[in-house]
Amino acid sequence: MVHFVLTLVVLIAVLAIAWRFLGAYLAAVYTGRATWCSFAERPIYRLLGVDPEREQTWQRYAVSLVVFSGVALLGSYLVLRLQGVLPLNPQHLGGVPAALSWNTAVSFLTNTNWQNYAGETTMSYLSQILALQMQQFVSAAVGIAVAIALVRGFARRGETTIGNFWVDTVRGCLYVLLPIAFLAGIIFVAQGAVQTLAGPVLVHNPLNGVTQLIPRGPVGFMEAIKQLGTNGGGFFNANGAHPFENPTALTNFLSIALLLAIPVALTYTFGRMVGSLRQGVALLAAMVIIFGIWTSFTTFAEAQPNPAVAAAGLRQQPTGNMEGKEVRFGPLNSALYGVASTQTSTGSVDSSNDSFNPMGGFGLLTGMMLGEVTPGGTGSGLYTILLDAVVAVFIGGLMIGRTPEYLGKKIQAREVKLASLGVLVMPVTVLVLAGVATALPVGRAGAFNAGPHGFSEILYAITSQGNNNGSAFGGFGGNTVFYNVVGSIDMLMGRFGIMIPVLALAGALAAKQVVPNSAGTFRTDSPMFVVLLLGVILIVGGLTFFPAVSLGPLVEQLSHGRFF
Amino acid sequence: MAMLSAPISSAPGPGSEPHTVARGRGLFDRQILGQALVGSVLKLDPRVQIRNPVMFVVLVGTVVTLLEAIFHPSVFSWSITVWLFLTVIFANFAEAVAEGRGKAQADTLRRMRSDTLARRVGPAGIEESVTSADLRRGDLVVCEAGDVIPSDGEITEGIASVDESAITGESAPVIRESGGDRSAVTGGTKVLSDRIVVQITAERGNTFMDRMISLVEGANRQRTPNEIALTILLAALTIVFLPVVVSLYPFAKYAGGTVSIVVLVALLVCLIPTTIGALLSAIGIAGMDRMVQRNVLAMSGRAVEAAGDVQTLLLDKTGTITLGNRMASAFVPVGGHRDRDLAQAALLSSLADETPEGRSIVAFARDRFEIADAVPTGPTLFVPFSANTRMSGLDIGDRQIRKGAADAVRRWAEGLGGRTPDELAEVVNRIAGVGSTPLVVADGPEVLGVIELKDVVKPGIAERFAELRKAGIRTVMITGDNPLTAAAIAREAGVDDFLAEATPETKMALIRQEQAGGKLVAMTGDGTNDAPALAQADVGVAMNTGTTAAKEAGNMVDLDSNPTKLIEVVEVGKQLLITRGALTTFSIANDVAKYFAIIPALFAATYPQLQALNVMRLHSPQSAVLAAVIFNALVIVALIPLALRGVRWRPSGAASVLRRNVLIYGVGGILTPFIGIKLIDLLLTATHLY
Repeated sequence: MVHFVLTLVVLIAVLAIAWRFLGAYLAAVYTGRATWCSFAERPIYRLLGVDPEREQTWQRYAVSLVVFSGVALLGSYLVLRLQGVLPLNPQHLGGVPAALSWNTAVSFLTNTNWQNYAGETTMSYLSQILALQMQQFVSAAVGIAVAIALVRGFARRGETTIGNFWVDTVRGCLYVLLPIAFLAGIIFVAQGAVQTLAGPVLVHNPLNGVTQLIPRGPVGFMEAIKQLGTNGGGFFNANGAHPFENPTALTNFLSIALLLAIPVALTYTFGRMVGSLRQGVALLAAMVIIFGIWTSFTTFAEAQPNPAVAAAGLRQQPTGNMEGKEVRFGPLNSALYGVASTQTSTGSVDSSNDSFNPMGGFGLLTGMMLGEVTPGGTGSGLYTILLDAVVAVFIGGLMIGRTPEYLGKKIQAREVKLASLGVLVMPVTVLVLAGVATALPVGRAGAFNAGPHGFSEILYAITSQGNNNGSAFGGFGGNTVFYNVVGSIDMLMGRFGIMIPVLALAGALAAKQVVPNSAGTFRTDSPMFVVLLLGVILIVGGLTFFPAVSLGPLVEQLSHGRFF
Repeated sequence: MAMLSAPISSAPGPGSEPHTVARGRGLFDRQILGQALVGSVLKLDPRVQIRNPVMFVVLVGTVVTLLEAIFHPSVFSWSITVWLFLTVIFANFAEAVAEGRGKAQADTLRRMRSDTLARRVGPAGIEESVTSADLRRGDLVVCEAGDVIPSDGEITEGIASVDESAITGESAPVIRESGGDRSAVTGGTKVLSDRIVVQITAERGNTFMDRMISLVEGANRQRTPNEIALTILLAALTIVFLPVVVSLYPFAKYAGGTVSIVVLVALLVCLIPTTIGALLSAIGIAGMDRMVQRNVLAMSGRAVEAAGDVQTLLLDKTGTITLGNRMASAFVPVGGHRDRDLAQAALLSSLADETPEGRSIVAFARDRFEIADAVPTGPTLFVPFSANTRMSGLDIGDRQIRKGAADAVRRWAEGLGGRTPDELAEVVNRIAGVGSTPLVVADGPEVLGVIELKDVVKPGIAERFAELRKAGIRTVMITGDNPLTAAAIAREAGVDDFLAEATPETKMALIRQEQAGGKLVAMTGDGTNDAPALAQADVGVAMNTGTTAAKEAGNMVDLDSNPTKLIEVVEVGKQLLITRGALTTFSIANDVAKYFAIIPALFAATYPQLQALNVMRLHSPQSAVLAAVIFNALVIVALIPLALRGVRWRPSGAASVLRRNVLIYGVGGILTPFIGIKLIDLLLTATHLY
């Protein structure tokens, strides 16, 4: 317990440093002040045929995004399909089946990293590097780019452009993701994460006479970007629970810090770019409050004995729910890892979510249902919470008797339309697809358990993909044509169904003039705003998912340890 | 003047008894309620309902439960159907009540707009009798005492007192004369004295009265920008609850149970924001209506909304900030004279002075020095003010008392052989320096001292401005005074800024400058030269006494012609938005309790464990669902008065207004239904039906 508290304190300190310095650095990168990497930048623009000085309207920005994503999707898909004839395939794995390739390509494109496969037995090294790791960098950079475009919308006055998609994406990779992931990758490898292209090894254990084929691969550096880019897709099926991915307590801690770093820092970047740090602090406060509550709740739930194990007669569980946990990490660190991972759209795991206590699972599931905004994914967290903020400002602004404005921008019909669209696309998609999945036999077949727990498994899978989280509850067979297709729709909606309205909103806001502040202005850097923002996040999430959640984890909890 | 002042001070003429053109019916007039009940049934027309997405969903839901009730009849399904139907009716009723008030007012106006005979002056100067409907723009008509002015126009000749109570509800007649800013007359008003020739400026159907009727009636009411934005949010909230509810059907199937369609519809209706959806248009109509209650005609709902956003108020000094007349505020003796002597002389010099300034000097001298009765003895001769002498006063025998402009009195006294005390110039300059007017008093050659005439700031106005400042509204005083005077009054009144020596051009420039900074500006005006500025301002309130040009340029007309009204206009605008926001918050907050009522009931058979969520301990699943539906319907009725009256707004900082409303409508919105649903459940239980 003392050790865990210490972990939390160090985590907060590390994140505070990231907030201040990484946040400022991000602002420098996206306002073009950082130039140390321009030697690598310029050739890329020449290759792409992009004029970095030319900014884009929101429509052109969105078209660039869609075109780029389409090409990336096709590229990844082809690599997966053709991996059998492509190099770097020491295990001589065959091509990935069509539906699975499609689902996986969409999954990594959308920063979800939902994995309907076991990496070590499905993917060649080339696929892992070219189709998956590459997207882990690029999808994170695209997420930040869209967030920055929206921030520019707030910061600019009467302008038609919101930046250049190509420049933002390239700079995100070169200046931010590659250098940090490189440094973090060294630590992972130094701590014992494997990093090799030499293929699996055959190991004979003379003690028990067992001969094992141990899969290896380029794992360590993938681990760094997997967390930093809030991707979550690991090399191995066991993800962060595998000692080759997450060998030590230090790498476990580093994972948590990395996956929170950019989403947290972006609130500083936001404040800096709109000219008031307090505005960023207000968003951060809302994030920290929800994150704090969920962490306390979930760690507390996991510190309790597992009711099913207790019902089986093992009442003494002094360390809490150890079912499905790595002994290296224990329930508390695993719960913290789980909350951080589900509230950042990362979705990496270092324990079995399926085996969490009902209320622990509730914590993970509901963390995603709030829309991945606390602090959310790289970029996606910021732009989604800004949509919530627009809705909060609209309702709050009305209540003080003024046409609502956020950062001086009037929130009118168009902004409300785009913000509500962006906020509602995820719950609508998730509920509709969960309804379809539970209504059809092919969907029901996915869950390995019965009753409310089986329902939780399906609901979790759909929620995870709809939020571009990618964590798996487990106990769920997703590699079917049905779930590969449904999942891809889920992930595409959760990504582009929000990004496009966000860019449109950025365009609408950038074109607006600014209303000066006065004592009659609803201050969006005040505690009251934080309260309203929390209200919107919790009430929209709560009201839309309350019935579904009550049929899953709640019923299970109220069933007092019955095993389903 | 004397001739004109007689009818003005006489008893109100016929047709000027206080009536209900604009001012008040009670919130719920019996007649209006009756018509509203009829209206709420007529509004069931789907073509009307489709315009309100939230209530349209309720109507469709009602049809679904009706079919269920017909094919699988039960007390429960019929009860739900009836209450869902009532929910729609209540929403229609709210709108009909709001409209009814305007309609009643319009009817009153319409009755007064009867055809009148007009005496048109033909080309040869011969009068002919035509009906008002036949009048064309540019026609000249003659109106004499007792005539109703047939249509809107400008007086080209003459001066008359006019009873405008038909429009303003104000019984005191007003003076209208050709030329200048008092030349506009309105059709339907009545000439009380004298004779005027009017050039018609509006034909039948386009007169001010016609516009007024269609405005109070809300005939071509359009959704305002903010209302549209809110409708979008409400539609979005409605859409999201559809999959929430529909997905429960397969979810329940998966759990091995079933859910009844009737309960699902009930849940849907309870979750979608019906409270605000039902009251939204009533709030908008009532906002316009509240302007009418204050005798302000807003030309569009957009203007009312803009009023809430105003950040800069341009206020005319005279009549808004100051009482309009300069009043004696001090006597400053010079040359060693006693102030009592000065007061005595000042009083005597003003006895015959009937100007407000003169009367104020008499009153001040009496109050301050208790000079009981100063009626002079001996032969007196009043010397009236003339532009030539720039003094007035009186002669009592040989004694000559004068008061007037400093240099004029000084020269007069010196002409009589007097010597001006040295400090006079200093005193005069000091008084002028603080924005007051110095009047020098001399008793023959002796200069006694100076009367300070002050522009008196209305009591309480500084506090009002301070409140507005707290609410983030800047006040700018507009005056024709010189900068020195203006600065002094501005300081005393507590305005944030002032525009001295204002001309229409500088006013216009000021508005543009404020708007360039992103601010919304409101102003009042009455003269033709105000018209461009009125048009430029975001909220331009034209005085009804003003010219036609001014009234057409502004987007509001104040029938009382009271410039202070601008502050109330802002209040109404703010109330409108606050009421919408508050009821939206309330509506959404209500959902929490409804979930706790319905979810355990919905899965009572499948998952009895979920009874743990039945925190209200509702009697049975059926009573729980029905109680939630009834609460949802009744809360609409309960909130109609609030929607019509508007949520109170007192000028204060945004933070405190928000805190208050979040507490009342947010936290209150969460708690109220827990109590309400429980009470209804108890009543339902008592019937032993559920």
